[in-house]
Formats: sequence, structure tokens, C-alpha cells
Amino acid sequence: MAVTTKTDERESKLLPWTERLSEVPWWALIILLLGALVVYFIIVSPTYQDAFLFLVAGVKITIGVSLISFFLALILGLVLGLGRVSKNVVFYTLSSLYIELVRGIPILVLLIYFAWVVTPLFLQFLNWFGTALANVAVGPLVGLAENMATLAIQDVDMVVRAIVGLSFAYAAFEAEVFRAGIQSIQRGQMEAARSVGMSYFQGMRYIILPQAIRRVLPPLGNDFIAMLKDSSLISVLAVRELTHLGKLNRARTFRTFETWNTVAFLYLILTLSLSIFVKFMERRMAYEE
Amino acid sequence: MKNSGVEPLPTDDDIIVIEHLCKSFGKVQAVVDASLRVKRGEVCFIFGPSGGGKSTLLRCINGLEKADSGTLIVDGIDVTHKKVNIDLVRAEVGMVFQLFNLFPHLTALGNITVAQEKVRKRSKKEAERVARELLERVGMPEKADVYPDQLSGGQQQRVAMARALAMNPKIMLFDEPTSALDPEMIKEVLDVMLDLAKEGMTMVVVSHEMGFARAAADRMVFLEEGRVIEEAATDELFENPKEERTRVFLSHIL
Ligand SMILES: Nc1ncnc2c1ncn2[C@@H]1O[C@H](COP(=O)(O)OP(=O)(O)OP(=O)(O)O)[C@@H](O)[C@H]1O
Ligand SMILES: [Mg+2]
Repeated sequence: MAVTTKTDERESKLLPWTERLSEVPWWALIILLLGALVVYFIIVSPTYQDAFLFLVAGVKITIGVSLISFFLALILGLVLGLGRVSKNVVFYTLSSLYIELVRGIPILVLLIYFAWVVTPLFLQFLNWFGTALANVAVGPLVGLAENMATLAIQDVDMVVRAIVGLSFAYAAFEAEVFRAGIQSIQRGQMEAARSVGMSYFQGMRYIILPQAIRRVLPPLGNDFIAMLKDSSLISVLAVRELTHLGKLNRARTFRTFETWNTVAFLYLILTLSLSIFVKFMERRMAYEE
Repeated sequence: MKNSGVEPLPTDDDIIVIEHLCKSFGKVQAVVDASLRVKRGEVCFIFGPSGGGKSTLLRCINGLEKADSGTLIVDGIDVTHKKVNIDLVRAEVGMVFQLFNLFPHLTALGNITVAQEKVRKRSKKEAERVARELLERVGMPEKADVYPDQLSGGQQQRVAMARALAMNPKIMLFDEPTSALDPEMIKEVLDVMLDLAKEGMTMVVVSHEMGFARAAADRMVFLEEGRVIEEAATDELFENPKEERTRVFLSHIL
């Protein structure tokens, strides 16, 4: 590392200044400048300030929903990814089916589908199950059964439905990331694990996954950024995240320009700082390899 | 080969019994009707040209490949039987690979302790004690906390041997353990293997190191095109090979 930076510096000194200018990351400077401009407006202009203060609450929901959904997507994605590399035909087929189905449907449609079709269906099932359980339940189970039987669709918050939708949609993408990571580990690793007596599951758990997960951290980071942006879609479910609050602020103040400038600015702050973090992580791992 | 059908029944002394074993990959017949017995405490040396099925035969013994037909009994357990838990057999059979296959995310110590803890259910302390003892034995006690990528090939292979030995295996399998090593490192690996042989470990060694065979092997098996061409005591095979093909091969490599 140190050696290459040195030669880079020496070479760049030899370049004519016109070429050196073309190597400056102008795009980053321009974004920085625009960002500074928005910050300036937020400080000096009351309309911008008003929009900013109104929208900040949405940023919190956006971050919270993204974090929870991504965490759930990782867990489900890992299970599906293990299915994709499994020799068990049933496990493999179910995982593949799920992944292909979900990846073939636009996320917006998936979100609506989970909120308005899957959740009500699941609730109907719960009601039916609760009723059936109430007939046979004893002791503390009675209360639980009754709760299940009477749970109404209005009781399921839109935030919950949005998180469910995002998690199930992104699980399909993360599954493919995990599958690629697992398959990138040399076959000899599992063979060595088996040859010291580990089961397939132990080999995965203690030998393959620790290596695979390290390798997929950068793509997972990028997917988290993608999810953060896609979380704007849950505004169709009227979840009070950043985009939805943008709509509300526009309706409240009729300041289209200031509102959406601030919304875009807030998203950019989140995504750009995350992508800098991911790039840093990528570079550190390339160095360690 | 010639006396198949009239072989004596396996005795308690035969820790590995292979009879009429066949294994193909698609159209390629890797092992054809191989029969072989290894006694407790014996060092069996398998050699032959590339692609002859040496690795496949070895990998069948610890179940990394599943034989198509034939019988394979390891320490009294019929490995080819469907209901046998192959993991139990594998814990008793250590394997050393050509490319070491150390776990890169674990230190030398971690490589040696992980299976002890997860498979043998030893305590961390006990596993580490065993690991340090074995590192001492393979001559690198100071490398306990080093990761595999900072070790030379010879050192990696010695850690790999320690990893296998930590499970107290009854049999050790070696698949060309020195083929990926620079000449100056071959000796340090062979020395450990020689020590093992002296201590009475049952070993099945696939290798081209004829010097090792002379020094340590009790019996030698010549494998070509998936078939056991010749099998004899070491001195006999070197001095007086019966098969023409064995003679030709030996004259090429000696
Ligand atoms: N997993 C596999 N899939 C397909 N063919 C295989 C596989 N493993 C081995 N073979 C084939 O089986 C034959 C025997 O291979 P094997 O590796 O056992 O030979 P070998 O004697 O160990 O050779 P080498 O000295 O090169 O290691 C070869 O023709 C090889 O191409
Ligand atoms: Mg081989």
C-alpha cells in the first residue's frame, strides 16, 4: 500500500497540470458545494428552516425502518442463501422459488401486496387459529388464544406492514449475496472441516460462513444504501418517513421547491456518508487480502 | 487383484478393508474394482501416474467421495452402509491435503482447537493444551497465534497435520502432502510423518516421495487408470516388481 501511494504521488507530479485537473473528483466537490448551499439556506432562510425541522422526524423513521428491515432481511436472506447452496432438494427448491418470485416483482408492488394482501390473509389465519385454540386451550393459553381470535386488521400498524414488506423483498437480494459469498470459498475448506469430523452444519457455521460473511460485507453495505433509498416507497403506505413528510410539508406550506430540495439533501447526506463508509471498508479488506 | 474371490476374511487386525470398490465421475472411471487392506499400525504407500485415482481412493476412505459399489470397512464400520453416520468415522480418520486447506480466518492455534471443541466437546482450555503440545511436536510452538497466510508452505502443512492429530485419529490419510512445497520445506514435513510412522500410527500415504516410502512404508500399492496394478511389501516392490507397468513407472521416477 505505502509503496504504491508513493509512486502515485511521484507520477502525478510529472503530469502536466491540465491532466492533473482532470483527475480531481469534481463531482464530489460539486455535491459538497450544493450541500453547503442547502445548509446555508437552512440557516438563513425561514422557509428552509421550517421544512428542515418538519422533515427531521421523517429521517428518524427512515433510518429506523431501514435498520430493522435490513436486519430481518439479513436473517431471512441467510436462511434462503443456505437453501440455494443446499443439496436438500426441498430446501433448495423452496428457496429458489421464493427468490425468483420476489425478484420478478417491483418492490412497490411487493410493498402494497404485503400490506394489503398478505397481512390480512395472515390475520385471517391467526383469527381462525385463535378461535380453534380457544376451544381447547387451558390456563394461560386462553388469553393468548382470545387475543389471536380478536386481532383486527386495523391493529396492525402500517409501519409494521412496511417493515414486513421491505424485509421479505430484500431477503431475496441478500440471499443471492450470501449464496455468492458461500460459493466463493474454496471447496477444500468444507472438505477440511468434514475431515476433522464436523457435520455439514458445523462446517458452515464455524468455517464457511465466518469467511463468506467477511467477503460479502461491502455488497451488503451497498444493499443497505439501496434499501435506505427504497424505503421512500413506503410513503405509499402513509408511513411518516422522510418522503411522506415531504409530501405533507408541501401540502402544508405549498413550498414545493424548498421542500423537495431539503428532502433530497437529507437523503444524500445519509447515502453519501454510508457509501464513503462502504468504500473505506472495501479498501481495508482489499488491503487485508 | 488376481486372487479376488478367495481373499481371507478380514480380521480385527485389518483397520481398513476395501473390496471391489468402484467410483466414476460421469464417464470417467476414477477407481475400478480396487481391493486393499491396511493393518493397524501399518504405513501403506500409494503411488502411480497422475489421474490414476489415488486421491479418489483416499477420499473414499473418509467419505469425501461416495463409492458407487464395493465394500469399504473402516475400523469395523461399514462406511458404504446408508445408515452409518459418516461424521463419526471421519473424526477417527485424519486427512492431510496437498494444498493444506487451513482455515484462513483462524490462527494456527484456532485451526487446531476448533474441531476439538465443536466435535470432541473438549473445553477450550483442554483443547488449547492439546494444540500447544502438538505445535511443539511439529516443531513450531512459537507460531500459535499466527494466521495461516503468514506461514510458509511447510509450516502450514505441519499445522494441518497437528489439526488432524488433535482429534486423536486412528488412521491418518495423506494426499500428496509435499507436492505443493518448495524442496527445502519437504524435509520438515516428511520428518514429522516419519516420527508418526515410528510411533505406530496407521498411515495411508499418497506421494511421489520414494525416499519416504523406503524409510517408512510397510507396503506399497501401485495404482494406474483406477486399478490396483501391484501391491507388495516395500523392499519387494523396489527390488523385484512383478508387473511390467510398475517397473516402467519406477524406472521413470527413480
Ligand atoms: N470431482 C471430480 N469430478 C470429475 N472427475 C474427477 C473428479 N475427481 C477426480 N476426477 C477424475 O478422476 C480421475 C482420477 O482422479 P484422481 O484425482 O483420483 O487421480 P490422482 O491419482 O489423485 O491424480 P493426481 O496425481 O493428479 O492427483 C481423473 O481422471 C480425474 O480427472
Ligand atoms: Mg491426487
